Amino acid sequence: MKKIFLFMAVLGVFAATSPAAISDPATDLKNFQAFFKKKFPTVPFDEYSNGLYALPGFEAYKEQWTMYNEFPPFELGLAIGEKMWEKPFKNGKTYASCFKNGGKNIAQGYPYWDEATQKVRTAEMDLNACLKKNGEPEFTDLDKNQGARVKLAQLTAYFYSLSKGQRIKIDVSSPGSVKAYEEGKKFWWSRRGQLNFSCANCHMELAGKNFGGNQPLSAALGHTTAWPAQRLEWGRLETIHQRYKTCNKQVRAKPLKHGSEIYNHLQLYETYMSSGLPLTAPAMRN
Amino acid sequence: MATDKQTKIRTKTHDGVTDVLVLVSHPMETGLRTDPKTKEKVPPHFIQKMSFFLNGKEVVSTDLSTAVSKDPLIGIKLKGAKPGAKLKVTWSDNKGESGSEETTIN
Repeated sequence: MKKIFLFMAVLGVFAATSPAAISDPATDLKNFQAFFKKKFPTVPFDEYSNGLYALPGFEAYKEQWTMYNEFPPFELGLAIGEKMWEKPFKNGKTYASCFKNGGKNIAQGYPYWDEATQKVRTAEMDLNACLKKNGEPEFTDLDKNQGARVKLAQLTAYFYSLSKGQRIKIDVSSPGSVKAYEEGKKFWWSRRGQLNFSCANCHMELAGKNFGGNQPLSAALGHTTAWPAQRLEWGRLETIHQRYKTCNKQVRAKPLKHGSEIYNHLQLYETYMSSGLPLTAPAMRN
Repeated sequence: MATDKQTKIRTKTHDGVTDVLVLVSHPMETGLRTDPKTKEKVPPHFIQKMSFFLNGKEVVSTDLSTAVSKDPLIGIKLKGAKPGAKLKVTWSDNKGESGSEETTIN
C-alpha cells in the first residue's frame, strides 16, 4: 500500500513538473515565430509590425492604409496626448519624472513583471500611478467612461511614440513572470464565447483570411506593436484592453474588465511573442 | 472666437502641382443625432466655410455642410505655387468658432 502511494506521489510530481519543462517561454517564442515564417514565407519579419497590411491577399487594405498614413487622423489624438505629457502637474513635475530616461525609448519593455508588487504592469497602469504619486486625479472607470479611457489612450499613445522603432524586449526570467506568462498563454489558447473561438483560432490558423466578409484577420505576430491604435470603425485612439474587450465580444463571449489582471497577462504573452519587432504605435488599423 | 480645435496642414509638391491636405478636429454635428444619455437632439455644429490664401490672396474657397464627416480631412490641388510661398487656411463654423493654420510650401 505504502509503495503504491509513493508511486502515485512520484507520478504526481512528474505530472506537475513535466509540462513546464517542455514549454519554457524561449521555446514557445521560437515555435510561434517559426509558425508564421512557414505560413507566410514571403513576408519579411519586420513587416509584421504593420499588422494585417503586411499579409499577402490584403493588398487592397494596404493601399487604403497607405493613403490614410499620408495624414493619419490619429495625429489629432496624439497631439492632445503630447500636451498632457508636457503639461506640468500642480507640484511642477511632469509625467517624464516618473519614468526612466524621461520616458524615452523604454516602451519596448512594457508590459513588465514587477517583483515588488508581484504583478504585471502595463504602461497605462504606470501612467495612472504617476498621477497618484503626484497627487493628481487618476483616469478611472475606464469601462464606462469613454472620455477618460480615450484620454488615457492618447497619453499612452504619446508615451509609446517616444519609443517608436525600438525593438520589443520583454523579460520573463523570474518565476513570477513565467507564471503570469503561462496564464496569458492559457487565455490565448482556450476557446470561449458562443462561437467557441480561441484567440489562436482566428489570429494563427485563420490569419490572412476575411472573417464574415469584412473583418480581415491579422497575424498574432506583431499584434501589440501598434497599440494604442485608431481603428477606422472607432475614429479615436483606444487602448489595447479595449480591443481585447471588443475581440471577446466578436466571438460572443462576455468581455472582462478594462485593466483586469488576465488581460495584463494576455498582453504580456502577446507582446513576448512579438519579441524583436519594432514598435510602430500609434497606428491606423481596420 | 477662440477655439480648442486643432487645425493641421500638410503640403506636397509633385510636377508643379501642390497637394494640400487639411485636418481639423471638429465634431461636425448634423443636428439630427440624439444624445444617448439625455435623449435630446444634439444641436448642429459644423464647419461652413474654409478658405485657402496663397501669400495673402484667396485662391480657394469652399462651402462645407453637414454632409462632411467628423474630424474632416480636406484636400485641394494648387497649380503653380512656388516653393517658399506662404499658404494659410482658415475655417469658420455655424457657432462662430474659427481656426487657422499657416505653412510654407516646400
